[in-house]
Amino acid sequence: MQLQYELREGQLTARVFGELGHPEAIELMARLGRMIEDHLPARMALDFSGLEFMDSSGIAVVLQTARKCAACGCRFWVEGAPAQAKKVLAAAGIHRLTEIR
Amino acid sequence: MKKGEKRNEMTLRFVSRSANEAFARTAAAAFIAQMDPTVEQIYDIKTAVSEAVTNAIVHGYRDTLGTVTMTVRLYEPGLAEIVIRDKGCGIEDVHKAREPMFTTGGAERSGMGFTIMESFMDGLTVRSRPGKGTTVILRKLLDVKKQA
Repeated sequence: MQLQYELREGQLTARVFGELGHPEAIELMARLGRMIEDHLPARMALDFSGLEFMDSSGIAVVLQTARKCAACGCRFWVEGAPAQAKKVLAAAGIHRLTEIR
Repeated sequence: MKKGEKRNEMTLRFVSRSANEAFARTAAAAFIAQMDPTVEQIYDIKTAVSEAVTNAIVHGYRDTLGTVTMTVRLYEPGLAEIVIRDKGCGIEDVHKAREPMFTTGGAERSGMGFTIMESFMDGLTVRSRPGKGTTVILRKLLDVKKQA
């Protein structure tokens, strides 16, 4: 799993590449949490377009990042998820809790 | 779910280290590929296997290392059965554990593992005894159209 991020005009975009299972999710949650605390963005996009695989560990990443963003008044959404990751998010009903683009 | 003649079988045993989650799902998918499943079916199986193996490693062997056994059986005309077994702490209440959002793993776990397994597979059986371990049986029909 690799992570790239970009901060532009108050928007933090975090792009995740590779496979996202349990060990990668723990690392990703910690890194995203630090990014939010360091930059306090007004908006945050979690870009899953580079994901090759995700299990329910990715749901925990989305939920925890959404909570962190909500706590600092930051608008949050998930974008670019490939079909397999979208299916995991849909099975968990995440679209009812978080914006999925 | 009706099983036809057994076509092939394999068993893997591995230590309950997180690094083996990706290995297990990839190995299961590679073995099942000989049945010529669709790409979506392969992803469904990889996802469900990942959930079951992660549960064994993260919950079954929470504070210790143990052995996880994964057996994959392929049946004609198109059924894959994956049995994932640990001898860890077991599940106190299987019915409750299968409820969406239930987890004993804290914020790092979503509690959606069994929900994903149920959604992505055609059959899910969970047997567990506290202190003895857990067996998860996943079944996936690989070519429903042909069987209809």
